[in-house]
Amino acid sequence: MDLSRRAFLKTAAVGALAATSLTPRPALAREAKARLPEALGILYDATVCIGCKACMAACKEYNYLPPDFSTPDSVWDNPLDLSAKTYNIVKLYRDGKAEVKDREVNGYSFIRRFCLHCVDPSCVSACPVSALTKDFTTGVVRYNKSACIGCRYCQVACPYNIPKFQWDSAFPEIKKCQLCDHRIAKGGYSACCEFCPNGASIFGNVRDLLKEAKRRLSLKAGEEAIYPVHRVDSADHRTHTVTPYIPHIYGAREGGGTQVLMLANVPFEKLGLPQLPDESGASHSETLMHYLYKGMIGPYVVLGGLFYLVYKNTTKQDLP
Amino acid sequence: MSEESVPLGGKVVTKPFLVLLFLAQVGAVLILYRYFFGLGAVTNLSDGYPWGIWITYDVLVGTALGCGGYAMALLVYIMNRWEYHPLVRSAVLTSVFGYTLAGLAIFIDIGRYWNGYHLFLPWYVNFNSVLVEVALCIAAYVVVLWLEMAPTILEGYPHSQKARIRRAKLERWLPVIVALGILLPTMHQSSLGALMIIAGHKLSPLWQTQLLPLLFLISAIIMGFAVVVFESLLSSIAFKRPFDTKLLAKIAGVMVWFVAGYLVLRLADLTVRGQLGLIFAGNVNSVMFLLETFCFLAPALLLAPAACRQDRARLFTAAGLLLLAGSLYRFNAYLVGYNPGPGWRYFPALPEILITVGIVAFELMAYLYFVKRYPVLHRGEHA
Repeated sequence: MDLSRRAFLKTAAVGALAATSLTPRPALAREAKARLPEALGILYDATVCIGCKACMAACKEYNYLPPDFSTPDSVWDNPLDLSAKTYNIVKLYRDGKAEVKDREVNGYSFIRRFCLHCVDPSCVSACPVSALTKDFTTGVVRYNKSACIGCRYCQVACPYNIPKFQWDSAFPEIKKCQLCDHRIAKGGYSACCEFCPNGASIFGNVRDLLKEAKRRLSLKAGEEAIYPVHRVDSADHRTHTVTPYIPHIYGAREGGGTQVLMLANVPFEKLGLPQLPDESGASHSETLMHYLYKGMIGPYVVLGGLFYLVYKNTTKQDLP
Repeated sequence: MSEESVPLGGKVVTKPFLVLLFLAQVGAVLILYRYFFGLGAVTNLSDGYPWGIWITYDVLVGTALGCGGYAMALLVYIMNRWEYHPLVRSAVLTSVFGYTLAGLAIFIDIGRYWNGYHLFLPWYVNFNSVLVEVALCIAAYVVVLWLEMAPTILEGYPHSQKARIRRAKLERWLPVIVALGILLPTMHQSSLGALMIIAGHKLSPLWQTQLLPLLFLISAIIMGFAVVVFESLLSSIAFKRPFDTKLLAKIAGVMVWFVAGYLVLRLADLTVRGQLGLIFAGNVNSVMFLLETFCFLAPALLLAPAACRQDRARLFTAAGLLLLAGSLYRFNAYLVGYNPGPGWRYFPALPEILITVGIVAFELMAYLYFVKRYPVLHRGEHA
């Protein structure tokens, strides 16, 4: 190609401009979102969970969800995973002979899966039409079907694969746990916690839940300890023998933190919870987008430059 | 060389046209079925793989194939190389159909399409969403493309006074339209890459990088040039027109530089992130990465010696491989390298594929109609 020096310099300049403008700089990173002071959440302790699935039954009942028959001859609700019919599920981790509860090798553990209500939710950042929103006070991540266009970008964005879509409907909706905010509005709280008989899931202010989680991690294995039931601030409690814990609160920092916190004695990755960096996916993509499009100044400047070049070149055509 | 463009003339309804019509009709029936029975009835999409070939092929590859107009506009209007101007019209035509149908395909894919207009209402729009940027830019670009196409259509009515006046008016606005026609694809082709950044760990580190937008943009420009070369050779053969070999060889030269830049960036990025080892992991991802990279590298080598660029077979192979390369990159970054976790699988269902085939068939029918009816293709080097 017989590129003249001028043309080459021009191309190089345009290329360099594009390269710098499309490469985000950490200095301009969007600030990480902080936990809301009045945020509500759930603490789930797998070592206390007995796998009775009372939370699943309660969740279905109070969210008016249909049973999910995973086998053709099933007569009971028996979901295999979360779906548009199931917001909450208790799963079982099993290894080898599965002899001892809450042990990684030759043991087993229960794990609840449902929306973790992220501090900086990727689904909310991804949703183009604000159908997913985070409550300014409680931090509950809520879905509004009348805004939703059904693009399913929330499903792509969520690191936990929580939002579910009604694939068999001509008028589909996204379905996910909303922390029973319809019950909270009437002075109640999440059904899964209200009906958990053993204190495996407790509801409350996230600050208190974090404190409670830290308390449990500081307990000595083998000792008797008090575990509140239903709510972190409830007077009702059980006395359990403390099982050892992995010294980690899942959700304290994962993906920017979540309002649902989890404790277990089997590595969380083995329980199906991904290892995530401390920043949320949303902060990565928003940093980039804000850098490029803040106030639309960048695009307008580029448009001006383009217009100038096009105008100049159409009037002074460089024909061979 | 004549700058004049002429309609090809001839019968529109030919045998190939009827075959395309049949395929388009099959697609149309299946689309109807989808609206009555939901997305699950015609696709293999799932909560693990919410996006399938409709997004990856119809939107990502479809609009990248539609970048011919964008790439040529960069060359002619920004680099001021007017010798390429004769190829602009047909490039814009492919862009028009590529983009218009991608825009329509979105309305087949989105579940709650009746709310689709929310994307244009400021009180609904979430400006943090990358998808908003993509949707608004593509919508705006479709309008711009039709405006770029309008003079050609108006020229198809040489005896109408009204058409002539409208054309003159439009041409006065040309610099603005062209400037927008360059800005908008720059924005949304890069954002199509940025869409996947939020997927985080679900996308393999072979593709997950903050450079996704830049890599998507460069590969879209490469595909734009490649499609111009590919289509020009193909239409010369199909319609028995003289070849534009000299011009195409020059485009090939530009293309080689873009490919070289792309490959350097791609490998440098993998090196900096310390993920080179994944290339040789021997799993599906590594094989697909190697295939994708080969399809970029081979054409660059084929066209590297300037003397070889006049070779039509070589040009055709190289352009075809580059189209494949860009498509593979998009499929890899959205489907192959995307792993939502154990238990999820995706391969498109037959009706899902047939709907895409139907859309492509419709696109080709529209192309055939337009080049025969309107002055799209220029007279050629020897006419």
